[in-house]
Amino acid sequence: MDNLFLIFLSSFLVNNVILMRFLGLCPFFGVSRRMETAASMGISVIFVMTLSTVVTWFLYNYVLVPLELVYLRTVVFILVIASLVQFLELFFKKQLPALYSALGIFLPLITTNCVILGVAFLNIDNKFNLISGIVFAVSAGLGFLLAIVLIGSIRERLENAPIPESLKGLPIAFVIAALMGLAFFGFAGFLGLSL
Amino acid sequence: MILVIAIGLCPTLAVSTSVYNGLGMGLAATFVFVFSNMLISSLRKIIPDNLRIPIFIIIIASLVTIIDYTLKAYLPPLSARLGVFVPLIVVNCGILGRAEAFAYKNPVNLSLMDGIGTGLGFTLILVIMGTIREILGQGVWMNIPGVFDGFKVFGSAFTESSVILFILPPGGFLTIALLMGLFNYRRKKNG
Repeated sequence: MDNLFLIFLSSFLVNNVILMRFLGLCPFFGVSRRMETAASMGISVIFVMTLSTVVTWFLYNYVLVPLELVYLRTVVFILVIASLVQFLELFFKKQLPALYSALGIFLPLITTNCVILGVAFLNIDNKFNLISGIVFAVSAGLGFLLAIVLIGSIRERLENAPIPESLKGLPIAFVIAALMGLAFFGFAGFLGLSL
Repeated sequence: MILVIAIGLCPTLAVSTSVYNGLGMGLAATFVFVFSNMLISSLRKIIPDNLRIPIFIIIIASLVTIIDYTLKAYLPPLSARLGVFVPLIVVNCGILGRAEAFAYKNPVNLSLMDGIGTGLGFTLILVIMGTIREILGQGVWMNIPGVFDGFKVFGSAFTESSVILFILPPGGFLTIALLMGLFNYRRKKNG
């Protein structure tokens, strides 16, 4: 129980996937100009990441390890995630059209998002069991949501700010990310752990 | 150059804490760029149009597995420091992008040159970032752990109280922000 809480805090705040681990930067800067789209992207990521972590965990431990095919994991994981995303898209379109219209355009983008594959790999590398793996994926996803919503709202406010001409757009977003990263370092102290 | 900055961001920021890490990552990615371009270009008449993306992904993923295991076997310390970012070369959008935009439409020799060029461009950015961050963050340049201590750029007083910020994650964001700002500034000035 204690351990699960540590995993949660660690991957949600202390080792935030974006600001500390540098995973999923493309959507982080690509779709963070408006807060609402940022939030939709974040929710899609949580959803897909949790599912794909569970699926890849089962595949790794019950198919790849017994058959001694561990070296195929990169190939297998990327194909599984790509097809999972396609499947989810079709499923939403048919069964949950409301959700589809909200998240639809973000789903295909997620396939090339390294945070999904990265978390699946980290989950295996850390040798988590199924429950810890799910907690890890959900809290990493929440961390992504938090970071992308924060930067989305900051960038909305900066729209009319007097920014130096050459720093407009992406560069200033990187500066914001740097400052957010520094702020997140504050969390590192309160657990005294690094996972 | 700016193209390389705008895509493949995650590895760029994560592994550019020192020149050695940057160089290792850059060369690993160059290997994948070159061979994926060559393979895809030589198979371009056989690959059916509507199945091309999954086939590209399988080719790239196999190459990434090769480089991942090679690094693990011959350079285990480097492999440990690059960590999960070696298998993540597979989702570096730049590689799939070049396969789709160039290798699928051009003959093998041109695709080979394109792969070398793109890969070395990526390596160059990583080395520049690594240089800035290593010099400011540690006061040395080209430190290879266990082999070579690196050139001392500033006196020992600096090494003891260096700007640690630059080897920490926020320093990566800051470095690339300023590099892109500089790039924009120069481009505007030159029209």
